[in-house]
Amino acid sequence: MFGNLTLSALPHEPITVGAGIFMAIAGSSIIGLLFYFKRWRWLWAEWLTSVDHKKIGVMYIILAFVMLLRGFSDAVMMRLQQILSVGDSVGYLPPEHYDQIFTAHGVIMIFFVAMPLMFGLINLAVPLQIGARDVAFPFLNSMSLWLTVFGAMLVNLSLVVGEFAATGWLAYPPLSGIVYSPGVGVDYYIWALQIAGVGSLISGINFFVTILMMRCKGMTLMRMPVFVWTVLASMTLVIISFPILTATLGMLSLDRLLGMHFFTSDFGGNAMMYVNLIWAWGHPEVYILVLPAFGIFSEVVSVFSRKKLFGYTSMIYATVAITFLSFVVWVHHFFTMGAGANVNAFFGIMTMIIAIPTGVKVFNWLFTMFRGRIVFASPMLWMIGFIFTFTIGGMTGVLLSVPAADFQLHNSLFLVAHFHNTIIGGVVFGYFAGITYWFSKIFGFKLNERLGKAAFWHWIVGFFVAFVPLYILGLMGMTRRISHIDESTGWQTLLIVAGIGVVIIGIGVLLQILQMIVSIRDRKHNMDTTGDPWDGRTLEWSTSSPPPFYNFAIIPTVHGRHPFWDTKYGESEQVAPHYEDIEMPSNTPMGLYIAFASVVFGFAIVWHIVWLVVLAFAAILALLIARSLDYNTEYVVKAETIAKIEAKRK
Amino acid sequence: MRVILVVAVVGVVFLMLSYTSSHNMGVFNPKGTIAHAEMNLIVTTTLLMLIVVIPVFVMLAIFSWRYRAGNTKAKYSPDWHKSIALEVIWWIIPIIIIAIIARMTWISSHDLDPYKPIASSVVPITIEVVALEWKWLFIYPDQNIATLNFVQLPIDTPINFRITGDAPMNSFWIPQLAGQIYAMEKGDYAGVSANYSGFGFSGMKFTARASSQDEFEQWVRTVRMSPSTLSIDEYTKLAEKSRNNDVSYYSSVHKGLYDKIIMKFMVPANVIMTKMNM
Repeated sequence: MFGNLTLSALPHEPITVGAGIFMAIAGSSIIGLLFYFKRWRWLWAEWLTSVDHKKIGVMYIILAFVMLLRGFSDAVMMRLQQILSVGDSVGYLPPEHYDQIFTAHGVIMIFFVAMPLMFGLINLAVPLQIGARDVAFPFLNSMSLWLTVFGAMLVNLSLVVGEFAATGWLAYPPLSGIVYSPGVGVDYYIWALQIAGVGSLISGINFFVTILMMRCKGMTLMRMPVFVWTVLASMTLVIISFPILTATLGMLSLDRLLGMHFFTSDFGGNAMMYVNLIWAWGHPEVYILVLPAFGIFSEVVSVFSRKKLFGYTSMIYATVAITFLSFVVWVHHFFTMGAGANVNAFFGIMTMIIAIPTGVKVFNWLFTMFRGRIVFASPMLWMIGFIFTFTIGGMTGVLLSVPAADFQLHNSLFLVAHFHNTIIGGVVFGYFAGITYWFSKIFGFKLNERLGKAAFWHWIVGFFVAFVPLYILGLMGMTRRISHIDESTGWQTLLIVAGIGVVIIGIGVLLQILQMIVSIRDRKHNMDTTGDPWDGRTLEWSTSSPPPFYNFAIIPTVHGRHPFWDTKYGESEQVAPHYEDIEMPSNTPMGLYIAFASVVFGFAIVWHIVWLVVLAFAAILALLIARSLDYNTEYVVKAETIAKIEAKRK
Repeated sequence: MRVILVVAVVGVVFLMLSYTSSHNMGVFNPKGTIAHAEMNLIVTTTLLMLIVVIPVFVMLAIFSWRYRAGNTKAKYSPDWHKSIALEVIWWIIPIIIIAIIARMTWISSHDLDPYKPIASSVVPITIEVVALEWKWLFIYPDQNIATLNFVQLPIDTPINFRITGDAPMNSFWIPQLAGQIYAMEKGDYAGVSANYSGFGFSGMKFTARASSQDEFEQWVRTVRMSPSTLSIDEYTKLAEKSRNNDVSYYSSVHKGLYDKIIMKFMVPANVIMTKMNM
């Protein structure tokens, strides 16, 4: 009846039991509060079934923050284990548990923190920046969100029912094959990523089409804000690389479920083929995440330096160059595979060439600051912290790209320090800057600046205290993913220092939570009444904060790269507004239903519950067909209604 | 405030220097020619990159300070956003530096290719390395002995490691000696797996001892006196999962064992047993 699922799948260890109880309490108290305040109907109608890109963006970011807390707890547990587990002491986590934690940490941080943060910010800003009322496919947008949310839920479910993969975040075979990992952990991993991955692919297509087709009149490609450009580049990478991920995990799943041999040596399979394929997705993934962050920094540095962005054109060429190059460097993740000197040298050189356009960007940002009037609001602090941190990460990246040097650094903590250096210093700092920058646009009030700045200082100081020791430990020969070290190595001191760094970052996270609470409490004093709190240049600042659900009562026409700046400070003729009827997409729960059926499908495959697999698959098909036959997906907002709403807003 | 900052920075640098000088710095404490060349490569590449990175940091600090909004004396050019000359400079300089590093990369990738034999008049000794769950087996085919989690090497002799695995993917790493070893100093060096391979991964360590030729031969004689031998049966038992294994010696090895282990993965599973039992 329930396939391989039995009561023994429930947790026994105190830590997992505790986490399970905590999740149950948190979940039921949220449900309780919703009943108490009679908010179910509001939640359903205004949020869960919404196809409004602004609300979808907010839900992505909420998901990212919840998962950030989970991923961060994993990091704390790993640091603690490595500090305690020295010599005769084995620490508090057995390898069976520790190895799941480092796997979950990587998976969660990349797929369920960084990706939702990115899609959240893209949802919030891109349609507003290109003068559009919504995205090209609003229903698919909602479906992508829910696929990502349910993918994340599957990972969290594995904590309570069964186990998670203990294979490292990319699950290399043969370790992830059925022989060496007979449990359900790898299956949870595969299906969580398959479900979320399809969501990401659909989002990629959605925004690619949105940017190309829905720009307002006059916004040529070379007038688009840099953020929109970087998103276009990033979505191109999503469209090309995510199918590789889906196919690779699909083959791994066939190996496990049906005894095929794509990646096992017997019958002629090849584990290295998996490693090649997963990195053919994995390397572009890094740029998928970091390019939009570069875009945010380009917006921020110009607005807060009170100056036009320096070298717009070379910025765009640099972005396109990085996009192209990111697809010809994947072998640098496994120079030690033994591909031979020619192949290794080629991929090494391609990798270091990326440093050139990236360097150009850094110089352009610096010369945007040159002869500006820099206001050190918190987005600008993240920007300056980024240049400093990311440059160091770039430097260690070039080191790792030299194959002969990589033989000494590969899979050591030096590598771990390097990619945290670029992902925290680049991606995370960038998205935090973006959230602070666009927060008032979405919610109508600004975030508390004092706490925001305090959080920044804790993050950046904590970052260096946590990761400089890892660079040194890597050079000393400490490999990643070990749960126990010998006393004679003398590594414990540095691990303690790194642990202190994690505590400092933790305080930064707490300050961010506090910032959110204080800002909501004091929102009456932080109201953004102008819609333009930072003296912005691009279209999103031309509408009110928060914007009406249709974003722009009249679609703007632009004549340059700084349309809002030009209207604000240039000579613009005042004409009486003339409103027309607007077609808007209707809310629908279909995306939510399809995603739910998908997660049931995934769960059923994980536990080999055959009837449920069939049922869920049939449900997905039926829902897709039902949605395709629904022709009432839009409604009209009358011109008079718009006139009324606009009159009220003024 | 600024004084505290300077004191803090100096203090941190001092602590780091005293820590690194009193501990074994692995990669920066090379004991073989290959590891030495790899360290030099790391240092040279870093210095080349600093040509760009240091100006970036200096400009970041100066621009942030000088063009702060409060400093109204500084020049302000809100519309200045283009300079072909400047942009050419910062496309060209990184291109030149990367071209130099790329040349070094091409040469070093070939010179330090782990598959390339080291030029030497001394006859190399072959050691076959098998990664198991979760221990390292070393087979000396010429001496017909084997060891577990311990490998002894004569100095001034090129070592030809042949590496395979009868376990999930591992990676063979002796930080102070690098993939190949030649002209190393006498001493004990830590060896590990660098690629995570399952629950016993942390304990998958070995010691590499570099000794004189005489000491090496003496050691081979000691191993030959060990009561254990590595037959196919013994190997099959050894290949089962086990953690934190101690060092052990085998006085003889089933002939061609290493090739049999490789062949195991070239054929379907049911054929393995017959092949192994031959």
